[in-house]
Amino acid sequence: MTQAQERIAGIYADGWSRIVATMIRLTGGDWDLAEECAQDAFAQALQKWPRSGIPDEPLAWLTTTARHRAIDRMRRATTEAAKLREVAAMQPDPPPYARDNEIPDERLELMFTCCHPSLNLDAQVALTLRSLAGMSTAEIARAFLLPERTMGQRLFRAKQKVAHAGIPFRVPPPHLLPERLPAVLHVLYLLFNEGYGHPGETRLAQEAIRLARVLAGLMPDEPEAHGMLALMLLHDARRPARTDARGNLVTLDEQDRSLWDAGQIAEGTAILDRALRRHRAGPFQIQAAIAACHATAAAADQTDWPQIVGLYGQLALVAPSVIVDLNRAVAVGMADGPEAALPLVDAIAGTGQLDGYYLLHATRADLLRRAGRMPEAGESYRKALGLAPTEAERRFLASRLSEL
Amino acid sequence: MKYLMLVCTDPDYTPGQDDGAPDVEDWVTDMDGKGIRLMGNRTRPASDATTVRVRNREVLLTDGPYAETKDLIAGFDVLECADLDEAIDVASKHPMAWAGAIELRPFWPDDQD
Repeated sequence: MTQAQERIAGIYADGWSRIVATMIRLTGGDWDLAEECAQDAFAQALQKWPRSGIPDEPLAWLTTTARHRAIDRMRRATTEAAKLREVAAMQPDPPPYARDNEIPDERLELMFTCCHPSLNLDAQVALTLRSLAGMSTAEIARAFLLPERTMGQRLFRAKQKVAHAGIPFRVPPPHLLPERLPAVLHVLYLLFNEGYGHPGETRLAQEAIRLARVLAGLMPDEPEAHGMLALMLLHDARRPARTDARGNLVTLDEQDRSLWDAGQIAEGTAILDRALRRHRAGPFQIQAAIAACHATAAAADQTDWPQIVGLYGQLALVAPSVIVDLNRAVAVGMADGPEAALPLVDAIAGTGQLDGYYLLHATRADLLRRAGRMPEAGESYRKALGLAPTEAERRFLASRLSEL
Repeated sequence: MKYLMLVCTDPDYTPGQDDGAPDVEDWVTDMDGKGIRLMGNRTRPASDATTVRVRNREVLLTDGPYAETKDLIAGFDVLECADLDEAIDVASKHPMAWAGAIELRPFWPDDQD
């Protein structure tokens, strides 16, 4: 890549969603036209800028170019009265944006629209990746191991629903925020986890962090948005240590902590501390606090497990789930020993809710092993092995089993 | 935007799940007053329905509803709302959203709009 192309790629990463959002509003909600014009503006930039140099206000240049293209397209493509009125609304040719900071930032509107709860979760995720992260249909399809055609149809249907059902392009009013913000957080965190689960596929995780930064920046008074960003940064900081050279999973206690990204851990804990000062701790802030306990321990045996037990207890109050109970049991096992944790894990197993969840059996196996109950541990490892979803996890369990 | 609000019963309704639900007469008065509810009514049950098809220019009638769904349409309203968020708000205040379910269908827009 030439230097100019590299800079254009950087401008694309930050600018795509800004331009798409602006164009969605300017076209009265025509998402396809908005995307097409944004794409066209970047194509023109790629052609012109390497020769003419990158303009001082690239976002203004791109938005103006996209807008001219939209007006042009609407004039030519249609004679319908409604469309002509839309064109008229954009007339007379508004003065081009001269400065980047004159363009209203409407990415928050775009996020809440993409994550509107009347869209199913798959549609929310796909729209977010296309409109906000600027990934192509082919890239999104690859990330979710789906045929491009299927992803194209999913995006098409989602955009149709937004337009036809009258989903408003706006940040919800304050009384709706408590029910709408969690949907946005959920989608971004799901993207992060998709990337986190596949160590080779870091793109989704990086996009999720980038969007979480945007969200936190645009919602300075929402501590959960900041808590989620902190959680992502703290998890992601450990990425280099999570797998060894052969791609095998390395458990937290065996990770080489010198590989952790110290700068990112410092940033994550600082963001978390500021969020917690608002005294409105939600699930993301509590999970980030747990992640911070791990990330700031100098060595595995210096982890503050009693603190983590307490945090999981808090998490169980604000977001009760059997998975949280299982994690709390693991922490109890570390704080008070395996004998204290086994009754908790057995009680969870007794509910039958996690029968098919390999980590229930892997946790039980680990506790039994540490308690010296080897035959039972072996049985649980074998159960976990049969349920583990990835090759790396299976290799890890198999090696533990062989060490018994 | 105009929405058709289909008011449906829930076959899995358990008594008590609509405790504290708003009163339907209050809802009608409120939404009529705001100019949101353009019209609406209860409909007779599916057993009183007649389904009409024309095939090969012949009128074919079926005694009963078009689709044998578990959820039964008990009534309908036509709403005029600014957007889907307003329609969701209006629907969630109807007692049958508590005791049953409400489906919102946007109107196909008129060409003149």
